[in-house]
Amino acid sequence: MALLQTRGLTARYGDFQALFGVDMELAEGETVAVIGANGAGKTTLMRSISGLLRQAPEMVHYDGRQIGAMAADDIMEAGIAMVPEGRKLFPSLSVEENLLMGCHRRKVKGPWSLDSVYALFPILKERRHAPGTALSGGQQQMVSIGRALMSNPRVLLCDEISLGLAPVVIRDVYAAFPQIRASGASVIVVEQDIGQAMKIADRVYCMMEGRVTLSGRPGDLSREAIHDAYFGANA
Amino acid sequence: MIWVDTVLQGVLLGGLYALFALGLSLVFGIMRLVNLAHGDLIVLAAYLILVLTTLLDLGPFMAALVALPVMFAVGWTLQRLVLNRVLGTDILPPLLVTFGLSVVLQNALQEGFSADSRRIPAGWLETASVPIGPISLGVMPLLTFASAILVTLALQWLFYRTALGRAFRATSDDPATASLMGVKPDAIFAKATGIAMIVVTIAALYLGTRANFDPTTGPARLIYAFEAVIIGGLGSLWGTLAGGIIIGVAQTVGAQINPEWQILAGHIAFLAVLLIRPRGLFPRAFD
Amino acid sequence: MAGASYTVTTRTRASQIAALVAAILLIVAIALPTFASRSLIQDMFFILTMLTLAQFWNLLAGYGGLVSVGQQAFVGFGAYMLFGSAILWGVDPVAGLLLAGVFALVLAVPTAFFAFRLQGPYFAIGTWVVAEVVRLSVAQWKAVGGGTGTSLPRDARDLMWGVQWIERTLDLRASAARDVLAYWLALALAVATIGGIYWFLRTKRGLALAALRDNVQAARSVGVDSDRMRWIVFLVAAFGTGIAGGLIFLQNGRISPDSAFSVIDWTAFVIFIVVIGGIGTIEGPIIGVLVFFALQTLLADFGSWYLMVLGGLGIAVMLFAPGGLWGLVSDKTGLRLFPIQRRLERRGDGSPDEIE
Repeated sequence: MALLQTRGLTARYGDFQALFGVDMELAEGETVAVIGANGAGKTTLMRSISGLLRQAPEMVHYDGRQIGAMAADDIMEAGIAMVPEGRKLFPSLSVEENLLMGCHRRKVKGPWSLDSVYALFPILKERRHAPGTALSGGQQQMVSIGRALMSNPRVLLCDEISLGLAPVVIRDVYAAFPQIRASGASVIVVEQDIGQAMKIADRVYCMMEGRVTLSGRPGDLSREAIHDAYFGANA
Repeated sequence: MIWVDTVLQGVLLGGLYALFALGLSLVFGIMRLVNLAHGDLIVLAAYLILVLTTLLDLGPFMAALVALPVMFAVGWTLQRLVLNRVLGTDILPPLLVTFGLSVVLQNALQEGFSADSRRIPAGWLETASVPIGPISLGVMPLLTFASAILVTLALQWLFYRTALGRAFRATSDDPATASLMGVKPDAIFAKATGIAMIVVTIAALYLGTRANFDPTTGPARLIYAFEAVIIGGLGSLWGTLAGGIIIGVAQTVGAQINPEWQILAGHIAFLAVLLIRPRGLFPRAFD
Repeated sequence: MAGASYTVTTRTRASQIAALVAAILLIVAIALPTFASRSLIQDMFFILTMLTLAQFWNLLAGYGGLVSVGQQAFVGFGAYMLFGSAILWGVDPVAGLLLAGVFALVLAVPTAFFAFRLQGPYFAIGTWVVAEVVRLSVAQWKAVGGGTGTSLPRDARDLMWGVQWIERTLDLRASAARDVLAYWLALALAVATIGGIYWFLRTKRGLALAALRDNVQAARSVGVDSDRMRWIVFLVAAFGTGIAGGLIFLQNGRISPDSAFSVIDWTAFVIFIVVIGGIGTIEGPIIGVLVFFALQTLLADFGSWYLMVLGGLGIAVMLFAPGGLWGLVSDKTGLRLFPIQRRLERRGDGSPDEIE
């Protein structure tokens, strides 16, 4: 039984349809990567699961409940935390206050706390009183991930965490994932950077133009198959 | 000596204007909403305190204490039922709705209490004063000023030392991301307006005990409050206090030169600050 | 399809019928004083001047996004300059109307300079502060009565251009003739205002204004200078509002700072007219002023209840039908009496094929 599942998830912005019946699942403790080019519908998928976009109730199932139409704040309380695209730190809050916002509503005891987040990203402890936006891009991404972890979520959604970061910084950020995984959280990472995603994922979904075009274990997928699923067969 | 006295009286008067302004500043800081009925809500609270003093035979301070939760509920309900529906990127709907509310409140008060001017009785405190050297300062003005400082400190503590304040600032920065943290922006806004109404009630206590008021007193208080907020710099609580003091001093100095110039002098001080420092004296680093 | 020629038009069938009806109404309105009672003329004067104020406020807020609650500054200042020029320099009040507009325009320059420094919603209160400053300053002006106000001098009133001609032609007493003159002037002003705004909105600049209202970023990216547009709209509205203010007090004959700078009379009522009728349309204020007048007539005996109903109605419209009454009508029927959108129409045959 999957912890999180989308069933025939469709999404539209006015006349523009962004998702066409996406079926996807995430098992407890699993890490899943969603890859695809710009405009494939990855962010819309994340926003629909997290409640920033509301869809029909039965389109998203989580822990035996239909959550497709729930509000973002209730979904987070239920245990799905999101690292939004673009990091989205609160500019008027310090690093530590940003982290504390993560457990503003959902206060669940578990492996993650200020101390363990600082242990995961030591640089944040040094800069904990600085305004969130005074940090470098990579450090901001660490705050955003740490903030989501503070609620000890059962599901962690990470939207394009490598976007706009230098390769060496991306490596540092991704270095945290084995520990996040070891803490028991199930993770969905959305990426354009296929390499990083394949390294940490148990399974991969490839999306194109609002549909899942390929899925499987990273080892089972050939380079050609991924290329076709990513860019289309004729590219 | 007369000028020292004038300036001191102005500083104390500025405490009253700061009390008018702090609620407005709070609401604007959190939800970018300018409530054009703010002054009329102060007058509403003053009538509420007046009614409580006669109905329950309470002193003004006890009556204000009873009025606090009532006004919190008024603010909370107003935000939940009306203002949350019109918040958004378009500035027109909230302005027009609060403007309508202002007209409705003024006329409802007129219907309920007539156009006669009233005052909240404060007994011996009304005339009590403390001599400091050759100058004597009224006890009520001193209490007003002390309250303004206390309210500023309390709001400062609320904003920067509590989880609720953190949620206020986070929601002000980015409501969508705040909702990903489990914050319900609508509920946060309702609490903020409720708290603003608590400040409004404190302001009303001093408005009503120090001078006469009538149902049309509100708009002028809104203007003083607004001037204090802009002079101080949007979102800065200490700046708002400073802004109130500048308006107060300008008014007493103006009145000292020519009694007819009191109000005008306050407005001109405001325009002068706007001319020299359009973002106010203590602007926030970002908006 | 191929070879069909198209022409760009903004006309609709409804707008053509509306133009015809408007022309007939205009002729009736001009002839009205020959058969109508004096009180009807006075009511019509009130409706027409409020309509003019509403159209200018709508231009500001509905099209320009400038929510001013300080338009009473221009009503009052215009009116005071008309009185001042008549009292001090003996200017004929009818000529004084132009002066009222010009002085309001001059006042608008420093007003805009200050108010435009205030972001978004604070602009609204900023304009109100300026109006207060002008009111308090005018109250210090002893030549026009200071805080208590003054009346238009008898000579200026009775010898006003046109009054004697109307007295003779329509066989009226001087006071009634003055009302007729004021009515005709108000009619001319309202027609010129509506016509002028409609013309302006259809020019390139007016379309840029609509683009700016719909999307500031997009409009900027195609080269619309938003600051300049705001200045133009603000100054034009001040000019028109000043003339209307002058005319209102020319008819009234008496002025005081409290009446001339009343935020309720010259801004609150005007805002409710526009909001209830439908903001951002030319039709809206026309509907709004009729509703406003009907409410005022119905509720005249209920004092402050009248204002409460008006305020409540304004709030309800904003909450539940932000397009106002006209918005409800045009959404249901697609009716547009003053169409601004340009549409492609196939030339030659009678069936227009709309591409919006």
